[in-house]
Amino acid sequence: MRRTFGRFVAVDGIDLSVGPGELFSLLGPNGAGKTTTIRMLCCLLRPTGGTATIGGLDIRDDPLAVKQIIAVSPQETAIAEHLDAWENLSLMARLHGLDKAETRRRSEALLEMLALAGRANDRAKKYSGGMKRRLSIAMALVSRPRVLFLDEPTLGLDPQSRRGLWEHIGGLKGETTIVLTTHYLEEADALADRIGVIDDGKVVALGTAAELKAAVPGAGVTVVEADLTDGAVEALGHAFPSVRRIPEGAEITGEDVRLDAVVDVLRPLGIEVRSSFRKQVSLDDVFVHLTGRQLRE
Amino acid sequence: MRSLELSKRNFKGMWRDWLSLGVNVALPLLLLLVLQALEGVDDFFAPSSLAPGVVLFGFAMLTMTSAMALAQDRESSLFARLLTTPLRANDFVVAYSAPYVAVAAIQAVLVFAAGLFFGLGVEGNPAVPILVLAVMALWYVGMGMIIGALVPYKAVTGPWTVVLLLTIFGGTWVNLEDIGGVFQTVADVFPFAHALEAMRAAMVGGAGFGDVTGDLVWVAAYTAAVAVLAVIVFRRRMVE
Repeated sequence: MRRTFGRFVAVDGIDLSVGPGELFSLLGPNGAGKTTTIRMLCCLLRPTGGTATIGGLDIRDDPLAVKQIIAVSPQETAIAEHLDAWENLSLMARLHGLDKAETRRRSEALLEMLALAGRANDRAKKYSGGMKRRLSIAMALVSRPRVLFLDEPTLGLDPQSRRGLWEHIGGLKGETTIVLTTHYLEEADALADRIGVIDDGKVVALGTAAELKAAVPGAGVTVVEADLTDGAVEALGHAFPSVRRIPEGAEITGEDVRLDAVVDVLRPLGIEVRSSFRKQVSLDDVFVHLTGRQLRE
Repeated sequence: MRSLELSKRNFKGMWRDWLSLGVNVALPLLLLLVLQALEGVDDFFAPSSLAPGVVLFGFAMLTMTSAMALAQDRESSLFARLLTTPLRANDFVVAYSAPYVAVAAIQAVLVFAAGLFFGLGVEGNPAVPILVLAVMALWYVGMGMIIGALVPYKAVTGPWTVVLLLTIFGGTWVNLEDIGGVFQTVADVFPFAHALEAMRAAMVGGAGFGDVTGDLVWVAAYTAAVAVLAVIVFRRRMVE
């Protein structure tokens, strides 16, 4: 899919596939094209090139049928402020064709899960910002869609609510296909089956969090801090496939580098290991590796 | 039936904003009370002649409030969310129009009830003014939908002022027969003069449906055109 606004290219030929029941995350900085992609998939924005199918239905040819099976939680809080929580949830559920009993049952569960049950009869305009946000998310979940689009779902939520929502989203995996956009690295890391890293309207990498991290130089590196002599580095080089000298000691590359093996090499040379740790690769490292920029730049 | 669900939400929104609802309902009544006092100056201000114009003026107010409600919603994230539900353009138009058509009915009933108190009478077929008002209510609210779908919230009063002026110079406050000339010719192009002519003919002149067929067709044609246009405009607005 491609979408331009005048001469500005917002989405530049995104081409990917998300499997049934998969939780797929689009990870990228603000302005990368995540929301534009979601808006096209939700039939709010017409692609200027290409198309997409959702559940076998083409977003250009059959938008009404697509809308039957999707729900979206927009980035901004999207609630009717003059209605209470029950009425807001009922509106969305009924518009998606749920009957009254099912609407009631689903609403009760969501209000409980998102800690809104105590204020469910108050008009939403009296809610705090966090409560409005939680209600907005509940409105996307109430219709039990086949495909759920969550655009920055936890933006503005307190850590406790964020964790609670993660649990609920995680619980939907397998039964609901979820496309989640986020610029929270830990969110994509914790939730997504696969991650698409998006930058300047293009998907620059695609894979599981582990696969993406493994592709970054520095992955699987053990740092050994010790006063190493040239002979010690040479000895390590004989014992391990890749050793690099650094001011603090040495970096040893390999998935199965064990500290006792390092000590066994250095102790006969009279060298004590001060400390050793395995370098952690984050999704931020992945993004820096792919784009040369940090995610939050 | 899905449009009914959204309509219920819009009803609640309007009902819970009792201030604007009160203004919408009270203003035409107030105008009737003030203007009927001029009956001694000109027969044009007798309740039977005045009430139809007062009601149309009230309907014109609803064009503004319905357009503002829609334009304001369009700028909200909730509306974007509603656009991702399986509602068609005509569902949206019906859902947003219905509450205002109901208010139009309340306005008309109250104004005519007050008119009866001041001596309003219907010499011809009473179904004529009822039908004309029903059709004109759809026209005014339909115009509200078109304006609300096309312009931003802050710009609604611009096109609405045109509707209001056309209503006023269509014969609500002025007697077109007295003015005549180009005024009358231009007024005859629009539906307002025809609606008022039909209603006044039934109320004061003892006319039935057969006597006002031409005016009815004129009004109905305008309303049908506005309804179709509202759906087309809305459909184009549903996807960018």
